[in-house]
Amino acid sequence: MLANLRRSFLLSLVFLALLGLVYGFAGTGVSMLFFKHQAEGSLVKDGGRLIGSAEIEQAWTGPRWFQGRPDASLLTNKPGQVIVSGTQQWGPRSKELEAFVAAKAALLKREGIKPTNELVTNSGSLVDPDISPDGAYAQVDSVAKANHLSVHAVNALVASHVHGRELGFFGAPYVNVLELNMALYSLERSAGRG
Amino acid sequence: MSYFWVIVALVVVLALAWRFLGSYMEAVFAGRVRFFAWAERPVYRLIGVDPEVEQPWQRYAGALIVFSGMAILFTYLIQRLQGSLPLNPQHLGAVPPALAWNTAVSFATNTNWQNYAGETTMSYFTQMAALTVQQFVSAAVGIAVAIALVRGFARRNSPTIGNFWVDIIRCTFYVLLPIAFLAGFVFVGEGAVQTLAGTVTVHDFLNGTTQVIARGPVGFMEPIKQLGTNGGGFFNANGADPFEDPSALTNFLSIALILCIPVALTYTFGKMVGNRRQGAALLAAMAIIFGTWVGFSSYAEHQPNPAVAAANVVSQHQGNMVGKEVRFGSMQTTLYNVSSTQTSTGSVSGANDSFTPMGGFGLLTGMMLGEVTPGGVGSGLYTILLFAIIAVFIGGLMIGRTPEYLGKKIQAKEVKLASFGVLVMPITVLVLTAVAVSVPAGRAGPSNAGPHAFSEILYAFTSQANNNGSAFAGLSGDTAFYNILGGVAMLLGRFAIIVPCLALGGTLAAKGAVAESAGTFRTDTPLFIGLVIGVIIIVGGLTFFPAVSLGPIAEQLSKGLF
Repeated sequence: MLANLRRSFLLSLVFLALLGLVYGFAGTGVSMLFFKHQAEGSLVKDGGRLIGSAEIEQAWTGPRWFQGRPDASLLTNKPGQVIVSGTQQWGPRSKELEAFVAAKAALLKREGIKPTNELVTNSGSLVDPDISPDGAYAQVDSVAKANHLSVHAVNALVASHVHGRELGFFGAPYVNVLELNMALYSLERSAGRG
Repeated sequence: MSYFWVIVALVVVLALAWRFLGSYMEAVFAGRVRFFAWAERPVYRLIGVDPEVEQPWQRYAGALIVFSGMAILFTYLIQRLQGSLPLNPQHLGAVPPALAWNTAVSFATNTNWQNYAGETTMSYFTQMAALTVQQFVSAAVGIAVAIALVRGFARRNSPTIGNFWVDIIRCTFYVLLPIAFLAGFVFVGEGAVQTLAGTVTVHDFLNGTTQVIARGPVGFMEPIKQLGTNGGGFFNANGADPFEDPSALTNFLSIALILCIPVALTYTFGKMVGNRRQGAALLAAMAIIFGTWVGFSSYAEHQPNPAVAAANVVSQHQGNMVGKEVRFGSMQTTLYNVSSTQTSTGSVSGANDSFTPMGGFGLLTGMMLGEVTPGGVGSGLYTILLFAIIAVFIGGLMIGRTPEYLGKKIQAKEVKLASFGVLVMPITVLVLTAVAVSVPAGRAGPSNAGPHAFSEILYAFTSQANNNGSAFAGLSGDTAFYNILGGVAMLLGRFAIIVPCLALGGTLAAKGAVAESAGTFRTDTPLFIGLVIGVIIIVGGLTFFPAVSLGPIAEQLSKGLF
């Protein structure tokens, strides 16, 4: 018993050092060396200003911008506090979920957008940065009108930002909303309206 | 169609893992792989263990219990002291005692049930030195138990079943650490965050949003979280969080990592007992059940979400997207969550709670079958061996012969140990669920109403007693009631099965072999596979059907919303 206690204590220390610290620091080191951008959180800059992470959803209101999933109102952090992901868990027969979906769809329809599934439902993480290509195309008319751009140009913008399935079959096709809106912003700037 | 290719890719990857990782692990535990001997030797010297000396099962179990107790103590103390420890850029204070207890037990038992949001509760030091360490170590302990039990079948007249210290050290050095480190590159390369620099504040002038974004050493925690069938994520949303599981490729890699060791161990088993067909038979039983559940749950999640359908505003042709991520799609999310609930992993890439009633039924019942399809690392193999012993016993009763399995007589003692090991989990789940719904502290937990509330409680105890750790996360589990009771469920679900397994290993190792005769019941045939599947389904069905009827089945059959 005593020998086992001593062995357990020493081995726990060894594991703490090796599997906790050495492994963690080595992982961080090689990540910084090879994948600095991703390791730091895929941060997006515009002229030196840190404007977001390509992987963390922001709240966009239409029709000036393409909108993402309706997650922002469900986050529990107050302004200035750390975002805590994945805090809303509605069951499949939740009345609250029905009301949430109906309200979001009504809002989109008022803006002239035909709602798609992911545009009215919360994601798992509540920071899902993506929408489906259908969800982006559904917003083309209203975005073009609000920004005085041609539907054709905005359509082409969406088309050039569709990410296909990885390696052709993993997952689902998606459009990153922050990327798309950044591109929309530069399109406006080049059209002289930025 | 693309989902079909995802399944094909998974089968190919697992077939390779089965053959090559399986035989590699056999060599590791037989001591034939030595390229890290230079690192092993000083550790043995430090802890005073002679790697050549083996232990009888009682000493093996004793060392395991004391070591696991020490693991709980370390994990508990680091959480309590994190405010004074380094690597705490968010200046997080001590974790409260009841929560620290629950979390310590949870990670040391390979459960990874989480009653906290990692990004605002655990410092980087705690995530690395307490939680990630246990993700390696608890996995190694599980695998060691399986190997020790299989040695019992493989050996003849042997007083010992291996050396616990050597088994966990070799498992960590040769199996877990190299695979996890390599996979870490893929996670970070695809976009998982891996930094010690603390949170980052961003301001987007386009939409006026200011965000404080949590970061941390995540990308290298992910692979061991999956590979060790642990499941405890860095962030609250677990594998749904883009910083943990950034792309459909890492999502697939996660599924492959979750399944590879439990699947490969059936090959290791076959090789150790000198008959690969025996391992293939167990794998077939696992694969048939797993495949059925994947098909069922995928179909269920391809159906519309009832509450969204009631709003009647959108087409749900991609299936139920509530609580799911666009980049994965509903099908691959389902494959991930089914893999994770049938392996004692419990990581999620979408909200389990928002699955359709039948999708949720698939997840819940996957755990209720005892997590043997293919089950957790080690625990899947040692638990299905208990079912196999019961199957040969029942087979023996039917034809009136003394049952044998792998050349060992299965007598009263073995059948008692196996039955005890199989019944611990259902008894724990049902008794604790009954307690929780009977007292106000338990009924205060669920956030949803109606049958879904019952499902949330039943799910919580099923998950913890199976050392799974996934959640119908609508339950507010961070109360003294759920923290303490959950801790008890996790301890029973782990050690009350491990000890009988090691005892079984010891008893079997001491026996001689019986010669195969014309009357021997073959255990590598489709008939036996069917018998094992039958035992698993009947035991799970008989014990849990009434409880499941009150939860997901009632929810599926009802028409209204709650």
